[in-house]
This record gives sequence, structure tokens and C-alpha cells, in this order.
Amino acid sequence: MIDVIDRAIINMLQEGFPIVEEPYKAAAAALGLSAEALMERISELLESGAASRFGPMFNADVLGGAFCLCAMAVPAGRFDEVAALVNAHAEVAHNYERAHALNMWFVLATETQAEIDAVNALISAETELEVLAFPKIEEYFVGFRVAA
Amino acid sequence: MTEVWDHIDRAIIRATQAGLPLVARPYAKVAEEAGVSEAEVMSRMGRMQDAGLIRRIGIVPNHYALGLCHNAMTVWDVDDTMISELGRRVGALVFVTHCYQRPRRLPLWPYNLFAMVHGRTPEEVDGKTEAIAQLLDGHCRARDVLVSTRVLKKTGMRLRAKAAGPPAGEGEQKVI
Repeated sequence: MIDVIDRAIINMLQEGFPIVEEPYKAAAAALGLSAEALMERISELLESGAASRFGPMFNADVLGGAFCLCAMAVPAGRFDEVAALVNAHAEVAHNYERAHALNMWFVLATETQAEIDAVNALISAETELEVLAFPKIEEYFVGFRVAA
Repeated sequence: MTEVWDHIDRAIIRATQAGLPLVARPYAKVAEEAGVSEAEVMSRMGRMQDAGLIRRIGIVPNHYALGLCHNAMTVWDVDDTMISELGRRVGALVFVTHCYQRPRRLPLWPYNLFAMVHGRTPEEVDGKTEAIAQLLDGHCRARDVLVSTRVLKKTGMRLRAKAAGPPAGEGEQKVI
């Protein structure tokens, strides 16, 4: 179980970690901890799975990658068959079943926009279903700010 | 302005994509791997942050481990003239983790604003959805809430660090 100090660490470290020579020392001071204690706590949070990552969060768009949220309306009787066809594509990073007429929502991650279109065309041909693409037009926020 | 990312930037990305080293001087450790000085790493990572290539340096909590087991994709049909301003305000709500404008797909899909919310209980997710509704009051024609009923696939977002420098070898590390 995570304790009150872990929660304070999670809350504080979501906001941004300094780029200075001894950043753990700087961040730990604000929490009343030593740099060693902070590093130990972060290590334990990662090991226990309470945190999935610590470090820079890259926006792969900026490096030239392409991402696209896509959705399909899959007939109930074909759902598992279609899920298998969709998931077989390595470009499918996430896939969720959601309660809606559009009941399958997946994210494609490729290196170029052309590959997004190509994978969608392939999925559409394999499943004989329409794939609706929902590319982002504007990003307002991406991140995770939870009061732990 | 488009920044150009060279092989040193990509070496820094490769050295940090698994995480920032848990040592007293992590940027010095990254510098060793990238073959440049600590000051160079700090300066380049600062530039990456300013350019938005690094969103932020921080911790990614596991929302399930924190008890935030319920999530919903809330979707809204918002006036096009107001969406940028309202999107920013919805994105600024502390419980919204992702917020985007996306295209409508009529007639099936009239929604152009997507906001993900998480909560400890379905009621908490409902309460947060209502808070968004209040913020959009008068500018929103329709809405829906799509709860996820099953995770069908979940892998890390991966992208090869295509280098302007030396060609990538077998088993090259990937950028998350």
C-alpha cells in the first residue's frame, strides 16, 4: 500500500521535474526528504506498479510519428472475430470495447500518415466493415493529474 | 517553427525512454550514454520541453493502482466557434486526462470534443461528467458517455527513433 509520503510524491512529480544537476535533491527538499529517500520511494512505486513510468513524457507527434483514434460498429455476433483481426495488426496500440453503436475503439500508431490510411484500408477489407477515423484536430490537454 | 532533432537528441531520447536514471545526477548518466556533456543534455532536454517534444518530466501513476478503476470517454457536440476556448477550459479540469477536438462523423457521430475522465466509482465519473456539462452549458447540443467494457489490446505506444545519424541496428530501442 502506498502511504501519505508516496501520495505526496505522486502528486508533486506529476507537475514536472527540474532540469538541474541534482534534480532529486531539489525535488526532495520540497517534500522534506533526502534525495536518496526520494529515489528509493520512486523505485518502490515503479516496482509495485503504483506508477508505470518516471521520466520524460515524449510527444511522438513532434518526432514525426502518426497516431489516430479509430472506431467501428461491429455486429455483436462477429465481435471476437473482428477484434482478433484488428489486434493482429502491430500498428494497433490499444483497443477497447465500448458501450455504443460504435463499439470498438482502437488507436493506431505508425510512422507516417500514409500508413494510418493503409492500415485502415486493410482492416476494412479484412473485416468488411467501415473504419471511421477520428484524427485529432486540436489537442487541449494530455496528462494525468490525480490527487493520489 | 519546426525544430530539427538530430542524432544527439535521438540518443538522449533513447537513453531516457525507459525512464530517467534514479541516481543523484541523472542527466550526467544520460550524458554518458549519449556521448555528450551533462550541460549539453540539460540544455537539449530543456529545448525539447520548450518545443513540446517532452510534454513534461514526471511520474505516470497507474490509475488502477490508485483505485481509479472507472473511466469514461465523454463526447460533446460543441459550437465550432467556441470549441478552442471551451476545449482548453475542459482540458484544464484536473480530472480530465486527455482532451481533444476530433472530426464529427455524421449522422452516426455528431461529437467534436472528446474528454477522458477517471474516477473511483461510476458515481464519481458521473459527477465529473456533470461538471464538464456545466462548463459547456449553452454551447453544447448533444453529448454521450462511452464507458469501456473490455480492454481488447493495450501495448506501449512505440515508435522507432528514426535517426538522422547512424542507421538503426537490430533490436534498436524504441521511443514511447
